[in-house]
Amino acid sequence: MKVTMFHLMPYAHMDMALRARHKSAWVTYPNSDFDPKKGAALYNRYLDELELAAELGFDGISVNEHHQNAYGLMPSPVVMAAALARRTETCKLAILGNAFALREHPLTLAEEHAMLDCISGGRLITGFVRGIGAEFWSLAANPTTSHERHVEAHDLIVRAWTETGPFAFEGKHFHFEYVNVWPRPYQQPHPPIWCPSLGSTETIEWAAHPDRRYVYLQNYSPFESVSRFLNFYRETCETKYGYTASSEQLGWTAPVYVADTDERAVAEAKEHMEALFNRFLALPFEILFPPGYLGMNSYKRVRQHKRSIAGNQTIEKMMELGIVIVGSPDTVRERILHCHRELGFANFIALLHFGTLPADLTERNIRLFADEVMPALQPAGDEAYRGFERVAAE
Amino acid sequence: MASCSESTIDYKGGKVFLRRGGSGQPLLFLHGAGGIPGWLPYLDRLSDRYDVIAPDHPTFGQSDEPAWVEKVDDLAYFYLDFIKEHGLDNVHLVGQSLGGWIALEIAVRSTRNLASLTLVGAAGIRIKGRPAADLFIMDDEELARALFKSDALAEQMLAMEPTEDQQDIIIKNKVATARLAWQPRLFNPALRKWLHRIDVPTHVIWGDSDRIIPPDYAGEFGGLIDGATVTMIEDCGHLPNIEQTGAFIDAVTGFCDRHAA
Repeated sequence: MKVTMFHLMPYAHMDMALRARHKSAWVTYPNSDFDPKKGAALYNRYLDELELAAELGFDGISVNEHHQNAYGLMPSPVVMAAALARRTETCKLAILGNAFALREHPLTLAEEHAMLDCISGGRLITGFVRGIGAEFWSLAANPTTSHERHVEAHDLIVRAWTETGPFAFEGKHFHFEYVNVWPRPYQQPHPPIWCPSLGSTETIEWAAHPDRRYVYLQNYSPFESVSRFLNFYRETCETKYGYTASSEQLGWTAPVYVADTDERAVAEAKEHMEALFNRFLALPFEILFPPGYLGMNSYKRVRQHKRSIAGNQTIEKMMELGIVIVGSPDTVRERILHCHRELGFANFIALLHFGTLPADLTERNIRLFADEVMPALQPAGDEAYRGFERVAAE
Repeated sequence: MASCSESTIDYKGGKVFLRRGGSGQPLLFLHGAGGIPGWLPYLDRLSDRYDVIAPDHPTFGQSDEPAWVEKVDDLAYFYLDFIKEHGLDNVHLVGQSLGGWIALEIAVRSTRNLASLTLVGAAGIRIKGRPAADLFIMDDEELARALFKSDALAEQMLAMEPTEDQQDIIIKNKVATARLAWQPRLFNPALRKWLHRIDVPTHVIWGDSDRIIPPDYAGEFGGLIDGATVTMIEDCGHLPNIEQTGAFIDAVTGFCDRHAA
């Protein structure tokens, strides 16, 4: 199993009293709450944390994109990946992800990712996402065409990376007279493409297609959903596309906190983990699902289940559902290995900082995870997986 | 509900649903973002004097969702074709809110078959610093309260329990509106510079307490369209046809009758 440390880089100094007067920490939450001096310190601290992970032997370090919010301070993950590229030597740099089609000109991101891949000597992983609903408010992008733009932007960037130019790209949403990207990516034919998602069968069917075979990454979800979606990927490959998915095509992202004992871990993480879900991530339904972002049936389904990201989670409930993994090194190690036995994912992405977790606890979390959990995960391969045939038979 | 005929027409391989009632000079009513839930009293009263034609715009209501609808311009060209194919002439074109924007896009292209243009709380332009309210960011309750001056009407709207089919149409209309009007929000930056082309009698009707598109826009359209008449309706929000039906009917028919030819 490849183990990656993921960072959201939240604005941990968010004024909770101000936040309580707003519906969310997104889109219209006033940026007067951002103190540039505190922000400068946070950015550098967070980069240090990822660099520490690289030193401690993580297979990858990872950043992502969100706009106009306190939940994640990386409107351009490329900037962060560039900073990390020069401070690390062997680990993968995973942008999970970048929303190409939110841009009027996705080719600029194709260029920047190719630059990163060259600078890092082929260590880039490109996460290809549509962007969560909130981004369509912040970047004034039309949600009703988001899916077709997403697919078209993908075709544009893959062609820009794999075909030598110049050639004309004649799309419905994007038209370029001269596509001829300098530099070309270091990795040939192109950097690996991963598809992080909160859970979407459409994304899985698209990613699993034999022409693509992209890694599908299930982002924080109850373990039952993680199982459903990862098994759906394998099943789609098997029954729809007629090939057997490799475990390398599957990944799971979860917040993780490790301390000496289970009790201490919960006590230390509780406030900060609950802040992540209840203060930073919580979003009103209208913002999360702008009109046309989902098809009619999916929209009605999520509305019926009121699956807005609600703001009343407790760490105990999230542990019970398996959304987060918190405990002693033994507990955390056994839990991840157990999940791996069930699902066989070859990629595990650990969110080792969350919400308001302070620097000292974050560093201890990273070190404990690296020293006492990760060494048992990295050698785990398909021989430890109970196998899809058994799942399918049940 | 009083009488109208319901039918569908074929256009570019898709179906367009329309309601039609009454007789007399044709009055083409272009609905707003919320669509037309039925032959409501204001349509019925207009049909006492006119041949009222009220389509569900392509992509809205019970009409199909053809791929050719990408911008308000596309609907303007559709209605120009519609007027031609149905042999309509001397048409009183009445557009409400989003439908007012469509009516403007029609009129700047051609007023050839129009007798008059009536705009009711019309979208389509932007006064810098005076944006329309963001329809999309509001939840159901906020939207109901913003639409009406009267709290009682808002309560009444919130108390309604739509059927599943009606729910589907509400969602469909919201998506259709977003497709046309998400960015830029509810206006076309190029429209303003062509409004001088409108050369038919034009009537701008506005609720004096409109919280969706501020009443300032009535005066703005009045100034931009040559010879336009402005009527403010008292004690009224964004939907004068619903909130002040009597005053709305008087305003529309008074103007249209004065400009019958």
